[in-house]
Amino acid sequence: MSDHHDHHHHEPGGRHQHPPQADHDDSLTYYRKLEIAVRELLIAQGVTTADEIRQLVQDIESRSPEGGARVVARAWTNPEFKALLLQDATTACAGMGFEMALYDVTLTVVENTPDVHNMVVCTLCSCYPRMLLGLPPAWYKSRAYRSRAVREPRAVLREFGLELPERVAVRVHDSTADLRYLVLPMRPAGSDSLTEAQLAALVTRDSMIGTAVLRAHG
Amino acid sequence: MQGYHDLGGAAAGPVPKEEHELQLWEKRVEALLVMLTRRKILRVDENRRGLESLGGEVYHSLNYAERRILAISNNLILKGVISVEALAAKMAEIGERKDPLP
Amino acid sequence: MNATANAATSSAPAYIAGERVLVRQVDSPGHIRTPHYIRGKTGTIERFVGFFKNPEELAYGRSGQPVRALYRVRFVQSQVWPDYAGAAGDTLDIDLYEHWLRPEASR
Repeated sequence: MSDHHDHHHHEPGGRHQHPPQADHDDSLTYYRKLEIAVRELLIAQGVTTADEIRQLVQDIESRSPEGGARVVARAWTNPEFKALLLQDATTACAGMGFEMALYDVTLTVVENTPDVHNMVVCTLCSCYPRMLLGLPPAWYKSRAYRSRAVREPRAVLREFGLELPERVAVRVHDSTADLRYLVLPMRPAGSDSLTEAQLAALVTRDSMIGTAVLRAHG
Repeated sequence: MQGYHDLGGAAAGPVPKEEHELQLWEKRVEALLVMLTRRKILRVDENRRGLESLGGEVYHSLNYAERRILAISNNLILKGVISVEALAAKMAEIGERKDPLP
Repeated sequence: MNATANAATSSAPAYIAGERVLVRQVDSPGHIRTPHYIRGKTGTIERFVGFFKNPEELAYGRSGQPVRALYRVRFVQSQVWPDYAGAAGDTLDIDLYEHWLRPEASR
């Protein structure tokens, strides 16, 4: 078994939701042992291989909000793409190489306008558009966000530094089924001369979850 | 009775903003889940139900990856993919390895 | 649309966009994707999303057939939370299965 000779990565800033164990951040807790055991048993049974798991970890690591940002930038610059995105986001993103079907989910894109600000949460677990945004941030999975985003979205937004006027309706989406939601933020003012790639660089993860808006450019 | 996972509207404090990168083992838990669902050995729904069956105390005292790997193992045992005996033996063996950290 | 449809289904969605629906106030064990906070509330069908295998059955390793109609239902926040402190136009969209909905008029 070669797996336990894999290169050990010590992730920086590895804070957990439980109190950090002083010298034993690397210690083999019950759950870490469980992960190793389950993986090695499944490999021994031929259900998977060490290479496949390694590849899947790399896939996971390769996904980041840059994916979603590219989709947003294309929607801003290509009206046909935007129309398709709003009507059938799964198909539109497949055209850019994002295979939502691999996660067996349907993508839905909701558009921010001067009148409506969208915000996404999964109160029941932590459903998140991973194919386009990568792994969800700890706060998205937290009790506090899951509890309060549906009940007091404006207070939560304030904690994120976003205060919206009352005439802008806040629309919260609770992802309770197989739809995954991505917010299409409004294009920043002053960005008319930017290329698609430059626009993508402006799009933040939080603006695609709905806890931020994009500031005017320049 | 409202499940302990059914959090919408519950009282809670400020949203904790600290970001932290997942450790490698936590990413492997995610990878395991992706592999098991693509192979159709487990459905995401079964894993959610598994998370909802851990009990409130366990659910709220474990972190995200810890809950997930526990639910995955319970499900794999339930489905007869792995046996309790094999799992226990393997975990004991891992505990005895000189260099267990992968 | 990526919805899973059973080719043999003869069912059509019971609700159309714009219809007012009441979320059933039912409490039971099991894997349920209707959050407690919305049970007993009334909203408006924003759209029919598609047909999907029933997650309540999939959760127990069963087939989830026959498929169920899924809707996006829109609720006015001030009608969901008695102490809602936001704006009058604030809404909440939730994806709910047909068997959890009733026409508004029925009790």
